[in-house]
Amino acid sequence: MNPIPEPDTLSSPEVDEAASNPVAGIDQSVGDFKYDVKYDFDAGTGLTENTVRYISSVKKEASWLLDFRLNALKTFLAKPMPTHWATKDLENIHFDKIRYYLAQGQKPKRTWDEVPDDIKRTFERLGIPEQERKYLAGVEAQFDSEAAYSNVKEAVTKQGVIFVNSTEALREHPEIFRKFFGKVIPTGDNKFSALNSAVFSGGSFIYVPPGVKVSHPLQAYFRINAENFGQFERTLIIADEGAELTYMEGCTAPKFSTSTLHSAVVELVALKGAKIQYITVQNWAPNVYNLVTKRGVAHEEAEIKWIDCNIGSRLTMKYPGVVLKGRKARGEVISIALANDGQHQDTGAKMIHAADETTSNVVSKSISVGQGRATYRGQIHIPKHLKGCKNNTECDALLINTNSRTDTYPAITVRGDRNYVQHEASVSKVNEDMIFYMQQRGLTEGQAMSLAVNGFINDLARQFPMEYSVELKRLIDLEMEGSVG
Amino acid sequence: MSSPAPLTVAARSPIGSFSADAFAAHMAKQAAGPAWWLDRKRAAYNTYASLPMPKRTDESWRFSSIANLTVEGFDAHAAVPTGVAVGSPFGPSALTFVNNQVMVTLTDASRPKGVVVAPFSSALQTHGELLRQHFMAQPQKLGSEKFATLHNAFVNDAALVYVPAGVELIAPIVITHIAAGPTTAVFPHTLVVAEDNAKVTVIDYFVSADEGAHFACGANDLYAGHGAQLTYIGAQHWSRSTLSFQFNSTVVRRDARVQSLNLHLGARQARHESLSQLQAPGAFSEMLALTVADGTQEFDQRTLQIHQAPNTKSDLLYKNALRDQAKTIFSGLIIVDPDAQKTDAYQSNRNLMLSEEAEANSLPGLEIQANDVRCTHGATSSRIDAEQEFYLQSRGIRQAMADELLTFGFFEDVLNRLTSEELHTALRNLIQTQFTK
Repeated sequence: MNPIPEPDTLSSPEVDEAASNPVAGIDQSVGDFKYDVKYDFDAGTGLTENTVRYISSVKKEASWLLDFRLNALKTFLAKPMPTHWATKDLENIHFDKIRYYLAQGQKPKRTWDEVPDDIKRTFERLGIPEQERKYLAGVEAQFDSEAAYSNVKEAVTKQGVIFVNSTEALREHPEIFRKFFGKVIPTGDNKFSALNSAVFSGGSFIYVPPGVKVSHPLQAYFRINAENFGQFERTLIIADEGAELTYMEGCTAPKFSTSTLHSAVVELVALKGAKIQYITVQNWAPNVYNLVTKRGVAHEEAEIKWIDCNIGSRLTMKYPGVVLKGRKARGEVISIALANDGQHQDTGAKMIHAADETTSNVVSKSISVGQGRATYRGQIHIPKHLKGCKNNTECDALLINTNSRTDTYPAITVRGDRNYVQHEASVSKVNEDMIFYMQQRGLTEGQAMSLAVNGFINDLARQFPMEYSVELKRLIDLEMEGSVG
Repeated sequence: MSSPAPLTVAARSPIGSFSADAFAAHMAKQAAGPAWWLDRKRAAYNTYASLPMPKRTDESWRFSSIANLTVEGFDAHAAVPTGVAVGSPFGPSALTFVNNQVMVTLTDASRPKGVVVAPFSSALQTHGELLRQHFMAQPQKLGSEKFATLHNAFVNDAALVYVPAGVELIAPIVITHIAAGPTTAVFPHTLVVAEDNAKVTVIDYFVSADEGAHFACGANDLYAGHGAQLTYIGAQHWSRSTLSFQFNSTVVRRDARVQSLNLHLGARQARHESLSQLQAPGAFSEMLALTVADGTQEFDQRTLQIHQAPNTKSDLLYKNALRDQAKTIFSGLIIVDPDAQKTDAYQSNRNLMLSEEAEANSLPGLEIQANDVRCTHGATSSRIDAEQEFYLQSRGIRQAMADELLTFGFFEDVLNRLTSEELHTALRNLIQTQFTK
């Protein structure tokens, strides 16, 4: 099962390795290379019942899981595209031209040396082992459909933390994961969650035992290497009572001439008093459809915080949600989106209040450059007979060029008189006086613009881990180049 | 596993009481109208008949109670009962319509020359070209094409207010629309054309003569020429069994200003759609609404502010006071076209929750395609400050009285936007009726 890798060829040798970035998934150019890899497992092109059966048999799955997948496939086929509210660009996804499963092997490597050279080189260029040496408590790297490398520091394992990929988790720890699997986001939640449920592979399954506070972040890294490939990872994180965890994920893919689909499902469960912080830096190549369903359930006094940064992809549709199920639960979404030419960042947040005294906070900032389009879509729901619930939503949009576009579509439902909701949004351009002031002090217009844009997102960028926020600033400088005038 | 059966709604006729026969009977009475008028009606009827009823999945009907919408059981040709007498809180009405027919026309000799306040029954002959140009000339963009075409097909008599260029009218023009009878369908319409630099205030008062289950499907077209100033008040006070639709279309030209205030009190379920098009630099549209929702009433308000030219301004403020099991929906959208730089647009929906069972839905939206703009929106839903509530209670003020005081306090800043003291008082008195039942 451990194949010997073919001698590989580097497809884009012009990328300067020295200039590649120390932090995974930040620079838009750093991910733009691919290797020719010989895959041992390939489910072929198109999606039928046989594709699903192939994936399930390769993974040696239990029969309940195969049934789960087959049911999900039926749901996927039955559901229409949500184009009555979403962009018509979704119609350009050709499900029959996508490859649904590609893998070199079934077991992730535990040490770096075991990883096949081509994949190793991919991740080294993206800075994975380097990151791990620095401060990560555990890292998992997914190459197309399967995890290529997975390592959890001993200290974390000793605390009883389980951090494995979805295949291993459902095979080896069904007693923990099956109970929550598919419960936060049911198969039929939307067309793409159904698709993921049918063909999912890879992704992280994490369990943190009661009271354990994981001091360093756990990280996953997602990489699409093959053309016409669809990546469908599945992540489930359970923080038991009083546990605390920070999880980070990054994503990249090379630029292909045809479009690629990434459709993940991420479920979080924070039991009583637990805290989960989930950080995403999405930097897919500008031909990736990134259609992701992310939702967490926060029990009594638990806290779930999504920190979401979307820079890459052609179309991203992602609305991280929190179901506030227990008294005093708290949900938060911090979102930064940067939409450049040809990109549509359709992001937002969903807060479902289902218990008294629950609070939620949504802060979203978007920047539209050139003909980029940034959209905020939100849903706040406070049902009858709850009291003491509060929601605060702020969305600010910055438009850089005359033809940039931004939209805001919140939906707020409040029942009863003992809750408090406020929503505010503003759209503006960079203040001319500010630019003039900086130019007067000797900055070029471009520098002044970069500074102003960085100032716009500064209070949110500070919530990212330091390396990420530094890189975010650098990236914004890059994106702003030549955008003025 | 078979896929779950699609949710089927009990089959309802998409035509209902407004059958081909009913339409033919209506057209027989319109025979004297000009050809374009009859052609438009026929085309509108065909569109109405071909369109389905709104569906649960229609984005423009999100949160609406679709199941309670019906076109069945209404009478488009209800006779006018004798002895209908309804006073208007806004003073004498220039035109009074009962069941789609003009009943009273008050002429006012003091009106400047050239001002026209006339029912369509005569205006179609005398001002045909004007009606042709402005009557329902704007697109339906807010989801109710079916009901708007129904209105166009069945509209019988309607009001035209025409103010020539440079003419300023001081006294407001009041138009009263009355529905009477058990199942009467009414199609009130008011068309206001204020030519360049004209100034006028027009009040539409919609009222039921009895507690009948009326079907009210009305519309108004407001056109403000360059530099015109137009104030419009729409006060909706139908019976509590009425199903109400009202469609507004406002066109604002260069340096013109339109202020509209819609007061919503009656009906069991009322949908109001309002479209403002800011077509030339300096145009300003102020869109105000006040709703007192109680019992099991549902008020569904959809708005669209379209900025089509640079240097235009719009300011929307919709306030809802909710009691009992009432439900409100506010769905607003600001669209800034690619070249509409220097747009200043504001949109705000405030909901005062006065009961545990009331439900407020807000969908405040923005679609911005120009960068040098100032666009903000906000939505809040809450009860009043606990300290203010405590203050009232500590002074021995009963809940009902407290609700009334709070509602008036909440509405005050909207009412204060009106410059006319008389209008302010008339609206306050009308709102008061909701608390003295």
